[in-house]
Amino acid sequence: MSNETYKNTALIEASLKKRYAREMRFQWMGRIAVGLGFVFLFILMFDIVSKGMPAFTQEYLRINVDLSADTLGVGDNPSADDLDSANYGGAIKSSLRDMFPDVKSRKDKRELYRLVSVGAEYALHDKVVAEPSLVGHHQEIWLLAHSEAASYLKGQVSRDTPEAERRIKNMEMDWLDKLAAEGRVKTAFNTQFFSAGDSREPELAGIRVALYGSFLTLVVTFLLAFPIGVCAAVYLEEFAPTNRLTDLIEININNLAAVPSIVFGLLGLAVFINFFELPRSAPLVGGIVLALMTLPTIIITSRAAIQSVSPSIREAALGVGASKLQAVFHHVLPVAMPGILTGSIIGMAQALGETAPLLMIGMVAFIMDVPAGVTDPATVLPVQVYLWADSPERGFTEKTSAAIMVLMGFLILMNALAIYLRKRFELK
Amino acid sequence: MQTSTVLLVLFSLCCVSFAVGRHRSRQVASAAGGVQSLHSLPHHYGYLAAMWAGLPALLVLGLWLGFEGKFIESRIIAELPADVQALSGSRLGLYYNQVIAYAAGGMDASTLSDAQLKAAQHYHALKASSAWMKLVLVTLVSLAGGIIVLLRVKPELRARNQVESIWTWLLFGCSFIAVLTTLGIVMSVLFEAVRFFHKIPFTDFLFGLHWSPQMAIRADQVGASGSFGFIPLLVGTLLISTVAMLIAVPVGLMSAIYLSEYASKRFRAFAKPILEILAGVPTVVYGFFAALTVAPFIRSVGESFGLTVASESALAAGAVMGIMIIPFVMSLSDDIINAVPDSMREASLGLGATMNETIRKVLIPAALPGIVGGILLAVSRAIGETMIVVMAAGLSAKLTINPLEAVTTITVQIVTLLVGDQEFDSPKTLAAFALGLVLFFVTLLLNVVALYVVRRYREQYE
Repeated sequence: MSNETYKNTALIEASLKKRYAREMRFQWMGRIAVGLGFVFLFILMFDIVSKGMPAFTQEYLRINVDLSADTLGVGDNPSADDLDSANYGGAIKSSLRDMFPDVKSRKDKRELYRLVSVGAEYALHDKVVAEPSLVGHHQEIWLLAHSEAASYLKGQVSRDTPEAERRIKNMEMDWLDKLAAEGRVKTAFNTQFFSAGDSREPELAGIRVALYGSFLTLVVTFLLAFPIGVCAAVYLEEFAPTNRLTDLIEININNLAAVPSIVFGLLGLAVFINFFELPRSAPLVGGIVLALMTLPTIIITSRAAIQSVSPSIREAALGVGASKLQAVFHHVLPVAMPGILTGSIIGMAQALGETAPLLMIGMVAFIMDVPAGVTDPATVLPVQVYLWADSPERGFTEKTSAAIMVLMGFLILMNALAIYLRKRFELK
Repeated sequence: MQTSTVLLVLFSLCCVSFAVGRHRSRQVASAAGGVQSLHSLPHHYGYLAAMWAGLPALLVLGLWLGFEGKFIESRIIAELPADVQALSGSRLGLYYNQVIAYAAGGMDASTLSDAQLKAAQHYHALKASSAWMKLVLVTLVSLAGGIIVLLRVKPELRARNQVESIWTWLLFGCSFIAVLTTLGIVMSVLFEAVRFFHKIPFTDFLFGLHWSPQMAIRADQVGASGSFGFIPLLVGTLLISTVAMLIAVPVGLMSAIYLSEYASKRFRAFAKPILEILAGVPTVVYGFFAALTVAPFIRSVGESFGLTVASESALAAGAVMGIMIIPFVMSLSDDIINAVPDSMREASLGLGATMNETIRKVLIPAALPGIVGGILLAVSRAIGETMIVVMAAGLSAKLTINPLEAVTTITVQIVTLLVGDQEFDSPKTLAAFALGLVLFFVTLLLNVVALYVVRRYREQYE
């Protein structure tokens, strides 16, 4: 008997080592899994931030611009109209030729003109129109650099890459080096990125129009989804009888929460645009589609918030003679409001980041003007990201990342607000 | 006359009705011996008047807006010359759209025929009279509603009960929107899909091995007939989803197990929200990351091993999609593992099993139905995911299961077929709705099965 016990113990002891080793291995697998999650998140964020940071600065070149009446193609005493239609592009080009007199061939000259952004012309126009006394003089003016030139100045392109594989040629690099050596290059914060609309030129493109579009779309979404969602939650929690119809509604809400977002886009296209003939590309339709999409989120979280309100509040109200509706709207809802708002903000954050359904209803147009109302064509921030990500120019890659950073900034802000509300709610 | 102006007028009419209704109830009450003789408080009479002034008029406005366009179109088309009316549906639609574009000031008059210019004038006139009629009608309906209530105000009118029953109906209407949305989705994809199956046989779509949806402009063009075989898209979708699941399930499941069974409370409180950030990142960001960072990386790694990797490989799109789904799998498994009663955990540990043995032999078998349900939900998300694959997967439908090649998915094809100009009678556009129908039903099926599995599991401990 004692012999037998001893044998068992020995067996167990022999197997224990193996079992503990397996235990350690298993724990390490868990650690690695969590670690992988962190690593993925870090790589994603690092990739976006490192690509996007350069987009927040812009390169300017100081050019000695010849503003003589001759180069501008105006008379000696130009009127405002003359100045408005003067040849600023030509002035910049001739000034560049003057600064680099050795550039002779037509092809090289074209490369030379490409150092400066096409937008510089308009900036010069605005400057001269505002200050007509500049005409007739040579003036040192800071002009916006072309995106390819800027990417060399920011050190994103190296001379080591074979010349055929980069858009900026050795020749241009030499000119830029010369300008830099003369102190004619400066880096400044990119205000244009926040004040301009979309553009074909990376250095001129901005997110202002997309921000307005996102704002208008979210306003429509919120105005529809919040009241409807809260009312639906109140009905289902407080008034709905237990019958087939209520079951049907609940099943539908749960299913809608899992329907792919692109299917909502198909709904928007077929029903709101084709059937009701609402305008395409408009924040109105986008807002309606996103509202339908976020409704399940808002309903589900609002129901949870209403459920968690202590029944004593409801019963006290009913006890002093309030009607059911008064008990709910005067007493239950105010207590549940922080929870409802938390869920709504999270729903809005989802809506802000949503792209696919908006592609379906045509919010992918190239739009340069700020939409004035909810029926004007508009685009939104995530769609702008999608459009820029498709552009081959290098300058747009950094613009895309920067736009993503702005988008993520808003999302973090909204989620932080939701967490803050939840924390305050919990303390109560 | 803008719709917003009409709404503003309507709103002010409601406010006036409220004030007059309240005032009228007080008047009636003072005649009958003070406010206490009223059934409800004065403001309930006001609300009743405002609701009657507002709701029917709002309904009329909605109907008007819904059918205004169709009505004007039919009126204008009826006035067009006979030879124009004889055009086919899409040609006529184009003709009419030119008229509207011109009327809206977006088109040059020189490209239009005289008949179109005349029609545009007619359109303007109709639009203007419609706007006025809209305003007048809404005002009349609103006033009528308000006046009906005012005439009914008596001390015994049960205003509060009536207001509350209207409210209850409104609340019901709000929750019924969920049903209407589902109905709208099913109808919109079903109608167009049925039209598609009139042109392309159902079996060709379901069993065809070739997908190239271009339609010829001329009949004699090369490749004139598009082919709409759905199998390559299905295989592509499943391939990318499989890659995603191969990443998301092990990482998500192991993280959930580690965080719920091993990690300290502090680490868990810190790690869980951080991993959940991955779920909050917009999908377009993942798409960008997949297309510009992961795909070139996988390509260069593959090439250093001497493999040919497509620049839009299924592996890149699938891997990034997997990262996106990690937190989804994690929170679902976490909930389910936590739902296993502690008594089972403690019994196993008490018998001398290690934690690892407890997890593998007790917790996971007990939680398995729930985990399977969670994975099914994750698969349904992967199938319906759009932006990552639109940006990082290919466009041409290739029937392959090699993850290093470019494949296309159902969602990619829906987007490519519908972005840009659409013609609602070409099979190309309609095909997108047929794909939408398939997508809707596949995801619905997965969700129903998942819920069924999860529900069955839950009954075990109740």
